Amino acid sequence: MHPAFSVIFLTTLIGAGQGMFLALYTGQIYSVFNLVPGQDSHTFYGYGSLLALIFLAMGLLASFFHLGHPERAWRSAAKWRTSWLSREVIVLPSFMGMTFIYGLAHFTGYNPVLFSISDVYVVDLTLLLGFLATGLAFLLFLCTAMIYACIKFLQEWATPLTVVNYTLLGLASGFTLATVFASYAGIQLVSFYAGWAITLTVIAAITRTASLLRNSRIKPKSTMTSAIGIRHTKIQQKSRGFMAGSFNTREYFHNVSAALFKSIKWIFPILVFILPVIILSSGMATNSFAIYAFAFAVQYVGLIAERWFFFAQANHPQNLYYQTI
Amino acid sequence: MKQLALVIDLNVCVGCHACVTSCKEWNTSGTAGSLSDFNPYEEDPTGTFFNRVQTFEIGEYPNTETVHFPKSCLHCEEPPCVPVCPTGASYKREEDGIVLVDYDKCIGCKYCSWACPYGARELDENQKVMKKCTLCVDRIYDETLPEAERKPACVLACPTSARLFGDVKDADSVVSETIRENGGYQLMPEWGTKPANHYLPRRKTRLTIHEDELTRVDNPLNKERQLPMPDEDEQTLDDVMSW
Repeated sequence: MHPAFSVIFLTTLIGAGQGMFLALYTGQIYSVFNLVPGQDSHTFYGYGSLLALIFLAMGLLASFFHLGHPERAWRSAAKWRTSWLSREVIVLPSFMGMTFIYGLAHFTGYNPVLFSISDVYVVDLTLLLGFLATGLAFLLFLCTAMIYACIKFLQEWATPLTVVNYTLLGLASGFTLATVFASYAGIQLVSFYAGWAITLTVIAAITRTASLLRNSRIKPKSTMTSAIGIRHTKIQQKSRGFMAGSFNTREYFHNVSAALFKSIKWIFPILVFILPVIILSSGMATNSFAIYAFAFAVQYVGLIAERWFFFAQANHPQNLYYQTI
Repeated sequence: MKQLALVIDLNVCVGCHACVTSCKEWNTSGTAGSLSDFNPYEEDPTGTFFNRVQTFEIGEYPNTETVHFPKSCLHCEEPPCVPVCPTGASYKREEDGIVLVDYDKCIGCKYCSWACPYGARELDENQKVMKKCTLCVDRIYDETLPEAERKPACVLACPTSARLFGDVKDADSVVSETIRENGGYQLMPEWGTKPANHYLPRRKTRLTIHEDELTRVDNPLNKERQLPMPDEDEQTLDDVMSW
């Protein structure tokens, strides 16, 4: 497939935004159980939610560049019964809205205690709002990934690993972002977040490698024989029917050299997994904001390459009809 | 249940591209707007087409065969492009099974084109909406046209009648009969899309002649033929009869 940068930015930015929110909420849950020190609602959770929202909004903005008619985008909420894209269009703003409410409750300090469990663990309003937002965050990972995983003839995508990878890569980049944020706003949580970021990055490395291995062994179900229905082992296209360009020759090919394609396959795991783990580990010794920010930047650039490769690697069966001029 | 479709006979198609040009001509002149072209007379031209004729070579030289293969939207009975559409712009008509795009609802997200294994959909770069073969829905029901002309433009243009048009769900229709009797098949059956359009395979007319069919066993001329001379030492009838 032809990798569209609008979609690459959409999926990577909202992934980081979702991960950032989930990191904040993870920190809050831990603090309820007194496992990590509680943070200031206003400066930490309030501004942290804002940071997550900024990433989500940038992703949403990027998605509009993918549309031929962005002014009609509101229509895309219509077919949620059948279309994962429509579901994403509903869940993304819902999640943003819930994150906003969660952040606002923290920011304004409006946080009444709802109940307490055995007088020790206090459940307040933000914990409930965060719980709802967490559900939406995971639902959004599912919707985004299923847009790709549900197309069964794009065999590189049609696997549960697509959902697993979108979720884990979003979480990894989000927790890295949270580490950067914590080194600025909540220094006590830096090693907590960095530890989680490293753990999630390592797990994501395992599942993404699993999908790379799976995809390298894929045997295409569609062949020339099934494409034109003629039973012969030797079928060669002599003409695709036109010499000019067309949508079919642009949309389904990555249009880069095989060497560049192959090199990106090796570059993205280094940028997404290996370098961030090294930089985050070294950062834990010094707790420097700049080092963590560098780790996030490297991982984010790597994720752009990862998503580019995800699209470029998918081989659409329609390409069987467009092999030669 | 009605399902209009095309049946394309690969045995007859000569690859003249008349269906391509007549399709473009009809559909670019319609009320739904033109099928836009860019740089038509310059370097790197591009444009929107609903129908193409491709050419394939089967086998290895010298035992090769050229197959011309017209390709357009197959109007699947289970169209994978329809459920993925987030707006409902892409739909399959209940009454005749034609898969259409509502150009006023389409947001141009291209998701349906990803979800079509045949590459039958094209984004019009001018209108920024997804377009595809409509089976000339604006002409097949047009009662101002003579009944014989209420067919898709490609079908009317085909000089060899390689394209048939009709209801593939009606068992008595010409298209159903042709599919049934001439081995009509669907493209990429592995994805369960159940294309409504069918293709008819190349058919060879072979005559098998056996050795005994070349020589006539009961040839009447045999009776009048010159009989072989008997051997010199063999008794003739005269030898037997004389004493």
